Amino acid sequence: MSLAVDNLRVYYRTLRGDVRALDGVTFTVADEEIMGLAGESGCGKTTLGKSLIRLDGRMRVVEGTVRLDGVELPLTADGAMNAFRFREVSIVPQYAMSALNPIRKIGRMVSEVLDSRGVSYDETLPELSRRLALVGLDDSVLERYPIELSGGMKQRVVMVFSTLLNPSLLIADELTSALDVSTQKAVAEMLVEFRDRGFVKSMIVISHDLSILYQLADTILVMYAGKLVEKASASEITEDPRHPYTQLLLASLPEVGVRFAEQRLSGIPGRPPSLLNPPSGCRFRARCPLAFEKCAEDPPFVEIEPGRFAACWKVSA
Amino acid sequence: MDAAESRADPGPRGQRFELLHFAFHNSKLVIGLTVVLAFLLLAIVGPWLTDATPFEFGHPTGQGPSSENWLGTTAPGQDVYAQFVHGLRSSFIVGALAACVAAGLGMAIGFIGGYLGGAIDEILSMVTNIVLVIPTLAVLIIVSAYLSVGSLTSEAILIGLTSWPWAARAIRAQTFSLRAREFVSLARLSGQGTTKVIVQEIAPNMSSYLFLTFILLFGGSVLTAATLDFLGLGPSQVMSLGLMMNTAVSNAALQLGLWWWFIPPGIGITAIVGGLYVMNVGLDEVFNPRLRST
Amino acid sequence: MNRYLLRKSVLYLLTFFVAVTIDFAIPRLMPGNPIDGLISRIRADSTASQELHGYFTESFGLDQPLWEQYLNFWRGLAHGDLGPSIAYVGSSVSELIWAALPYTLALLVPAILLSYIAGNRVGALAARRKVLDNTVLPVAYVLTATPYVWLALVLAYVLAFQLGIFPVSGAYDFSQQPAWTWEFVRSFLAHWFLPFLTLFLVAFGGWAIGMRNLIIYELESEYANYLQALGAPSKLVRKYAYGNAVLPQMSGLALALGAVVGGALVTEIVFGYPGIGTLIIDALQNRDYFLLQGVFLLIIVGVLIANFIVDIAYVIVDPRTRAGIQGS
Repeated sequence: MSLAVDNLRVYYRTLRGDVRALDGVTFTVADEEIMGLAGESGCGKTTLGKSLIRLDGRMRVVEGTVRLDGVELPLTADGAMNAFRFREVSIVPQYAMSALNPIRKIGRMVSEVLDSRGVSYDETLPELSRRLALVGLDDSVLERYPIELSGGMKQRVVMVFSTLLNPSLLIADELTSALDVSTQKAVAEMLVEFRDRGFVKSMIVISHDLSILYQLADTILVMYAGKLVEKASASEITEDPRHPYTQLLLASLPEVGVRFAEQRLSGIPGRPPSLLNPPSGCRFRARCPLAFEKCAEDPPFVEIEPGRFAACWKVSA
Repeated sequence: MDAAESRADPGPRGQRFELLHFAFHNSKLVIGLTVVLAFLLLAIVGPWLTDATPFEFGHPTGQGPSSENWLGTTAPGQDVYAQFVHGLRSSFIVGALAACVAAGLGMAIGFIGGYLGGAIDEILSMVTNIVLVIPTLAVLIIVSAYLSVGSLTSEAILIGLTSWPWAARAIRAQTFSLRAREFVSLARLSGQGTTKVIVQEIAPNMSSYLFLTFILLFGGSVLTAATLDFLGLGPSQVMSLGLMMNTAVSNAALQLGLWWWFIPPGIGITAIVGGLYVMNVGLDEVFNPRLRST
Repeated sequence: MNRYLLRKSVLYLLTFFVAVTIDFAIPRLMPGNPIDGLISRIRADSTASQELHGYFTESFGLDQPLWEQYLNFWRGLAHGDLGPSIAYVGSSVSELIWAALPYTLALLVPAILLSYIAGNRVGALAARRKVLDNTVLPVAYVLTATPYVWLALVLAYVLAFQLGIFPVSGAYDFSQQPAWTWEFVRSFLAHWFLPFLTLFLVAFGGWAIGMRNLIIYELESEYANYLQALGAPSKLVRKYAYGNAVLPQMSGLALALGAVVGGALVTEIVFGYPGIGTLIIDALQNRDYFLLQGVFLLIIVGVLIANFIVDIAYVIVDPRTRAGIQGS
């Protein structure tokens, strides 16, 4: 098992109480698996991504463990966690285009960070050049300042840099949200190639866009209101979704070639529940067309078929 | 705020309540406001507590603080306390007026340039930068020397006319970023005229920023007025804290050791300006959740 | 030439032009006649004063049409001729300014540089240590809210008059002559220290506060977050944050120059230091318009030059201005 997350609870401290952004998630990601993490805004996927590498000021881990390659990650101990960052767990952040220090040449920044982590820049340079070439950049990029590069180029630099030390786990957070469709495809293909060439072992790709996840992920994990809802292979999720939420999510995607007059887009009526005081039982109950009495009890995230998981009484019955 | 936090958003009425809650718990805001209000109170009420007037003579000369003259007397025999509280009044009046003038000008130029952009913005920016570079004190010295400032109002107007560029630049920058926002585009699409858009859409969204700017201008004006008054360039018939220090120095207060004559005015200015600056920081924290330290 | 510097040069030239014009215009737009003032000082009798009036008016060129006076003004400037002084009859304005300028610079340059450097360092330190922040910050706020005048008075009173540690006025002891002797230097430093300290302390407060806020802001930036996600030590993060914070702080330096200059002027007056400030007071008291004009021009030129120097430094430090691209 590459990554094993067990009953992870991460809450945000606010004046009005704790926002239960991640309320008990358990799943695994296998070696060389690219897992897509999907869901609406506020479902907790970014919180999950962040908590695996670095908690921000107001997040706190209430409960749960995370094991990477059998070793427990010290999520709450910032100093101890440093040893894992970049080397074992790495992230390509949502803000990748502004992640580079504007007043440093890129090569200099890379060398300074590598040196500070005890890695020789000179020894790494040949591999760095190779990988840059792989994504369509050449070495001259290292002599430039971030402002001289386009947004796409900067993102590629960050992708190469973040994976330079061959981490076991890469978290890609909303990588494609700001890009046009053809660039999205290019980036998606790059990510898969990184995995295929062994630059990263396993990947968690966070996106609200199911169509992009379908293209690059092996499995997709759907989240809703801080809880896991369904996990299956990418094709199973898109062709045969079991959980009512996933089904409705897919139904609300527009199909290419279908005109509005012929088929209306269906959304999901209602809004996700407040995470300050989440309702008891299944969190999707209020909006679910299949809800019945048992849904007052929180459905566990269980394996309904080999390799398929879902949290729904209707499905696991 | 990100998606998780937006779940915790209490809505407009709740937001106002939250603001007040933060306001009262923000130590900087509370302390700064208390100091400023205390001196303001002293400025308003102080003169009523004594019969002495600032310019009259007849008190014992060069005496230290006593039960008759709470802050002592000046070398030629005036009551320092009377001078001090009247000087406080002047400081507040000039500070507030000058800030209004500077803020008004700054807003006009900043809003127009920031909103309209293009050639008008270029010209206004050039003007702003020119006035910005010229050291205010130099201009004020030259002008006051010739104009002989007769009243607090003219002094305030003068100061306001030289301190607006800083405000104009800040407001212009904010207007720029707001201009690109949806609600402004909506307003423009619905055919609202320029002035209306500025007054009804942009300004209200910047209200907290404008308020902060005003406070900083207030503090700066008090300081500038003090310096002008010290140079003898302020109104000579109106008591001011700077004037106190001016007369003290020219009457050898330093040599004679009449510390009660020149120490209190400076304390007054430092306290008021310091209080305003600290208030400013506190308010900034209250208005911008990201700056709060928890 | 670099686009950024080019724009700035244009700005400064324009400003210079505007300033000279203001300088020229104000005395002539104001009520009152400088010649009258001069003559009343000489206290000539009525017939003599008539002749003197004509004489002075002609020699000061005040009988010529305005535009000709304006051109002459520029011509005089080109030759470094700022006219004669009325307060110090017999000396030219340029002479007086040349004599006083070194003293003012001796105060300004070290005060600005040292307060800037020290303020930045302390501000950066305060940004990351809560203990330091809670002590330094209030002090800095008090300092920056203190009028230069008053701090000068307090320092003069306590350290010079009362405790007698420092001398009270002047640039050096009466018994000394300017020379490169140890005694002169000691005397000079002793007289220089308090005015310098006044300028330093107030300016220091402002820089410290500014830097502290900037560092806090930079530490929350996206590149800082990325570095920390990559496990970079806080030392590196701070180094990057500092480098980025220095840039707006430098722009702030250019803006603050005018204020410090004003502070230097009044500080000199309090300490009787023979710099430009004392010149101004004399000029004001004696209605010496030429001297005032000359000093005003000097201040403007000085500030413009200083601004330009800061701009050059800024171009060197910020690669974005060199790249010439205005952001992506």
